[in-house]
Amino acid sequence: MTTNMMQDRYVLIENVNMTFQTKKGSFQALKDINLNIREGEFISIIGHSGCGKSTVLNLIAGLLQPTEGYLFCAGREIAKPGPERAVVFQNHSLLPWLTCFENVYLAVERVFSETEGPAQLAERTRAALELVGLSHAMEKRPNEISGGMKQRVGIARALAMEPKVLLLDEPFGALDALTRAGLQDELMSIMARSGCTAVMVTHDVDEAVLLSDRIVMMTNGPAATIGEILEVDLPRPRKRLELVEDPAYTHLRSEVLKFLYERHAKKAA
Amino acid sequence: MSVVSFTKEKVMPDSEPAVKTAQAKPVVAVVKPLSTTATAATPLLQKRGAWAATAKRIFEWLLPPVTGLLIFAAIWATVSALTQGLPGPVKTWESAVELFRDPFYINNPNDMGIGWNILNSLKRVATGFALAAIVGIPMGFVIGRYAFMSRMAAPIISLLKPVSPLAWLPIGLLVFKAANPAAIWVIFITAVWPMIINTAVGVSKVPQDYMNVAKVLNLSEWKVITKILLPYVMPYMMTGVRLSIGAAWLVIVAAEMLTGGVGIGFWVWDEWNNLNVEHIIIAIFIVGIVGLLLEQCLVLLAKRYSYE
Ligand SMILES: Nc1ncnc2c1ncn2[C@@H]1O[C@H](COP(=O)(O)OP(=O)(O)O)[C@@H](O)[C@H]1O
Ligand SMILES: [Mg+2]
Repeated sequence: MTTNMMQDRYVLIENVNMTFQTKKGSFQALKDINLNIREGEFISIIGHSGCGKSTVLNLIAGLLQPTEGYLFCAGREIAKPGPERAVVFQNHSLLPWLTCFENVYLAVERVFSETEGPAQLAERTRAALELVGLSHAMEKRPNEISGGMKQRVGIARALAMEPKVLLLDEPFGALDALTRAGLQDELMSIMARSGCTAVMVTHDVDEAVLLSDRIVMMTNGPAATIGEILEVDLPRPRKRLELVEDPAYTHLRSEVLKFLYERHAKKAA
Repeated sequence: MSVVSFTKEKVMPDSEPAVKTAQAKPVVAVVKPLSTTATAATPLLQKRGAWAATAKRIFEWLLPPVTGLLIFAAIWATVSALTQGLPGPVKTWESAVELFRDPFYINNPNDMGIGWNILNSLKRVATGFALAAIVGIPMGFVIGRYAFMSRMAAPIISLLKPVSPLAWLPIGLLVFKAANPAAIWVIFITAVWPMIINTAVGVSKVPQDYMNVAKVLNLSEWKVITKILLPYVMPYMMTGVRLSIGAAWLVIVAAEMLTGGVGIGFWVWDEWNNLNVEHIIIAIFIVGIVGLLLEQCLVLLAKRYSYE
């Protein structure tokens, strides 16, 4: 593979099918998923709840293995999880018995302890927590801080590993609108600086349009697949308030809404 | 239910019900002289209100357990008055005072003070219990962590767990050819099941989220154990430890009755042969109080080591 091709197809999903074996028999969650992600690109995956967004993310993370098809990252097949693909989990998944510092340190230690001493590792940990504005809460336990702060620690933990791909599963889903907006802005500026590739699962249309280079829209399950891919060619850096009045933004937003609520509306259960 | 009343009692160390009621009333009575001698008017009233409220709370809080103990003593006194040979509370109390006047005498190896008997039983329990922890906790980890091990161990555990630990005593006597290690062996068997099972349950319940974190961070098995499994499983392990110390203390009395030697169980048996019924009743209280103390120590320990 040439360098150019590898940059264009940094993460590659080829003909992926995913069938779960459950107690009630087998359940096909995903069918014929094909996707190329460029290096440095920000992708959002949007779709109704239960369609298989997390499954796609977990496949890229290596936490799941596809029943059929292949996944590649930087030209290598994805066989298991690895620190070059960091995950920000939906429910933050911090270890409650460790402080914020220790939670991040655990990740830093794993990735850099072969080349760096404890002082440098601690410095990295502090830097990551500073990046998300949590210098003051380093010694707190997760149950002593707010939901937004927990999610920031989760992001700090992922970023501290200096991953090539950042995978985010509804990272701001459980937060109130104001906190969410603040964290979205922070994430945008962090991603602009680090230049790493990101795949984010969301069910928030505004979030998808604001953050992404492309929006992957999924059909409903079972056997969900990619319905459409929307290019978001809004110039960066993007400003939330300016975009609200931008007709291009409004158009993109309504495209996603139409996909979700006209063509692939989910019947109320 | 019993646990609730135990924790309430813990705060008031006095063990005799009569003493407690005698104390509870003066507390209320003390309030008046205190408030009338104070000088400033408003703080005085507030203080008086606060004092009265505290006294009332203590009183209301002590009332049910004290009533319960009094009823118990009354039934006991009645039964003993109606029965030949069963000593009443007063007579037992006098005998206990006599017994605890010198708990640590040694006349000869077969006649030692009650303190020595209690200590010897505790030593056996501690030894058997420690061995059970050393074997049971790692086994619980392995069983909880690997499905194969869990399925392998399942038939053995379900077969052996319901067997009374005393049934293992002859095996112990046969293998160790001595009474003391056989008693320790019985304690080991008693204590090991709750430790294995609770640890294994804890390990198997570790949330998938945490295991996913471990996978994504690619943590070593050692880090997974020390940073994720051990802290998560600690409360489960402490439950196992608590259950097993309770059971071990239950069983030691019976085991010692059978093996003899110095120990509270054999002491009971000895007093039965001497027909000293007061001492048997005292032994029942001792076993109860020591068991309660053991359990409370472990509850404190469990609180100390849980992360929440
Ligand atoms: N481990 C699993 N075993 C069985 N079924 C699963 C498993 N994980 C997900 N599913 C099913 O696959 C579908 C997609 O799940 P998921 O990817 O979590 O959806 P989303 O994240 O879009 O809400 C759901 O119907 C879910 O029940
Ligand atoms: Mg999901």
